[in-house]
Amino acid sequence: MKRTMKTLVVACGAVSAALGVGAGITPAQAQGKTITLCWAAWDPANALVELSKDFTAKSGIGMKFEFVPWTNYADRFLNELNSHGSLCDLIIGDSQWIGGAAENGQYVKLNDFFKKEGISMDDYMPATVVGYSEWPKNTPNYWALPAMGDAVGWTYRKDWFARPDVQKDFKAKYGRDIAVPKTLDELKDIAQFFQGREIDGKKVYGASIYTERGSEGITMGVSNYLYDYGFKYDDPKKPYAMDGFVNSASAVKGLEAYKELYKCCTPPGASNSYMSEGLDAFKSGQVALQMNFFAFFPGLYKDPNVGGDKIGFFVNPAGPAAQATQLGGQGISVVSYSKNQAEALQYIKWFSGGDVQKKWWALGGYSCAKSVLNDPSFPGSAPFAKEFLQSMGMVVDFWAEPSYAQLLQAEQKRVHDYVVADKGTAQEALDGLVKDWKAIFKEEGKKF
Amino acid sequence: MVRPGVARRIRGLSDRALAWLFITPTIVLLLAINIFPLLWTIYLSFTNYRANRANVPMIWLGADWYQSILTDPDIWAAMQVTAHFVIWTVVIETVLGFGLAYLIDKKFRGHGMWTTIILLPMMLSPAVVGNFWTFLYQPQIGLFNYVVAFFTGRPASSFQMLGDVTLSPWAIVIVDAWMWTPYVMLICLAGLRSIPDYIYEAAEVDRASKWRQFWSITLPMALPFIMLAVLFRGIENFKMFDMVNLLTGGGPGSTTEVASITLKRAAFESWRTGYSSAFAIILFVTVFGLANIYVKALNKVKSR
Repeated sequence: MKRTMKTLVVACGAVSAALGVGAGITPAQAQGKTITLCWAAWDPANALVELSKDFTAKSGIGMKFEFVPWTNYADRFLNELNSHGSLCDLIIGDSQWIGGAAENGQYVKLNDFFKKEGISMDDYMPATVVGYSEWPKNTPNYWALPAMGDAVGWTYRKDWFARPDVQKDFKAKYGRDIAVPKTLDELKDIAQFFQGREIDGKKVYGASIYTERGSEGITMGVSNYLYDYGFKYDDPKKPYAMDGFVNSASAVKGLEAYKELYKCCTPPGASNSYMSEGLDAFKSGQVALQMNFFAFFPGLYKDPNVGGDKIGFFVNPAGPAAQATQLGGQGISVVSYSKNQAEALQYIKWFSGGDVQKKWWALGGYSCAKSVLNDPSFPGSAPFAKEFLQSMGMVVDFWAEPSYAQLLQAEQKRVHDYVVADKGTAQEALDGLVKDWKAIFKEEGKKF
Repeated sequence: MVRPGVARRIRGLSDRALAWLFITPTIVLLLAINIFPLLWTIYLSFTNYRANRANVPMIWLGADWYQSILTDPDIWAAMQVTAHFVIWTVVIETVLGFGLAYLIDKKFRGHGMWTTIILLPMMLSPAVVGNFWTFLYQPQIGLFNYVVAFFTGRPASSFQMLGDVTLSPWAIVIVDAWMWTPYVMLICLAGLRSIPDYIYEAAEVDRASKWRQFWSITLPMALPFIMLAVLFRGIENFKMFDMVNLLTGGGPGSTTEVASITLKRAAFESWRTGYSSAFAIILFVTVFGLANIYVKALNKVKSR
């Protein structure tokens, strides 16, 4: 009986092995080494899956992916990190998480690893190093490798701009040719011009902008106006001193301008719009202009209805005080609770390679490596490459403090109350924001 | 088959010991997943604890959080939004639910099919309901706006149910009433079916009008059931989160930010665990207190 069982087990093993080979088991799976990478579920994540096949082929380490839609991304992964979960070996975490993740010991500090492997932060765009890797900011303490460069930009309907009737009417109304806006005032004129206009028998609207209340939407949108009008998070000479910077007269004007754009020129029902609602509005031919992250632009360019020759891209226009844009994007970090840190670090080393970075850009990801971005051929490599490069030179990020989520919620509430719900004045909204932020920093023990 | 030795040992147990043996697993489970978390939450509500910063030493704050919550105008605003939502949904659902139950109870032809159709909304997941009502309320393509436009002559895209400060609190009331009126109807129907026919027959003999029968027999005898439905819906809507979160996310501004959304933001977005524990306890005590007063009233009605 025992002998029969043994024979059966051996036979089953042989059959399983044969089936395994037949089913195309990779060397990694054969070794049983698999690591999990966590990120948001969006177009660049699909590109990363494609790219990572090379890593598996080269290293023999299998890759699993945990992608979560943007609306639940922060909730899901911050919960995972805060509960010391080991689901993610690698995480592409939002730029604002870095302070909390570093101070709470959730990310592995990468300085020694970078030194050992010869990875230099000088090889990456400075804004991405500060935004995605460093904590405290502007100090050589690295917690991530810049992975996915991103910023807020704009798309427009190039085909509508090229229509003779549009050109004629626009010139008659504004006394200038319709063109890509260079200032926020010009942008408003264009949005206002298209609002309610009929194009090919269909009513269209001016612009899709961020107004979402629940997570970070309206903050990511309004910042593009605030920065341009002179808003600063704090006194550059005195950290956390916010009076007169957050709620300066010019910042108030910026907030008012954003509200004017929302009121005059967005489609009906756009009171809770973020990335996907913007994409829907643009792809369905509803709007002439769309505010969105560059990460979506490769997909939009390929869109059969509004892509190709019909779409154009431009950077956030200048305001009275500056020309800046909201930083998006993320760095890739090793989770300190991971049991596969060695393999995760191996992935980061592989990902930092020059050829890998080139392929990452080619597949639809946004490399932060100077070797890719400073290549003379880069600006011509995609219709939005030049604008991306320009944007990355003028990005500003939200607070990256450990208390960023609280700071973000305060701004979401104050700004949405004013812009969408018509509650109070812009001055009251920003004064209230300073009060909220001071209370949060006070609770944190900050001195200002 | 129980071995003879084991059977002897079980036989040797007293009834009380045997009872303990059976209920101990349940009690342990209840303590572990219900009582302990409640006590732990009460403890945390007096501290500065943050779940995302477990390495920061915990400091005893006394009743600081309770004081700051009860004096925070934003919290009171959220409580007002919650009260508006609870009161209106309960009123509408009770009136419509009882009305529907009264009609269905008449046992007209095809009433079984109509009952099934009316019950459909409450069988759906709140997440699904939240999502598809977002589309129904869409000003350009939404059916709701078109229906209103059809009856009022106002352009469909001239108003937005979810983005307007005045309309959005009513938008969430409409969706909840659409979903949960059938539930109230079901409870009321059970109440109406429990009224014996002979009482109506006696009233007929006494030549009582239908109106009199309704006020003197139907309503008083169905009242305990109606009150039960009000209790269930009141408690459920006091802690409403999912549907409102999907429909408006608490917006525009904070117009539809019910207490549960404020609590969730404090607990799992801002990670103010101590603060949110105190808020949760305040909400728990409020619901528990109101429900107790209500149950006493319900018992009085029942004993009449």
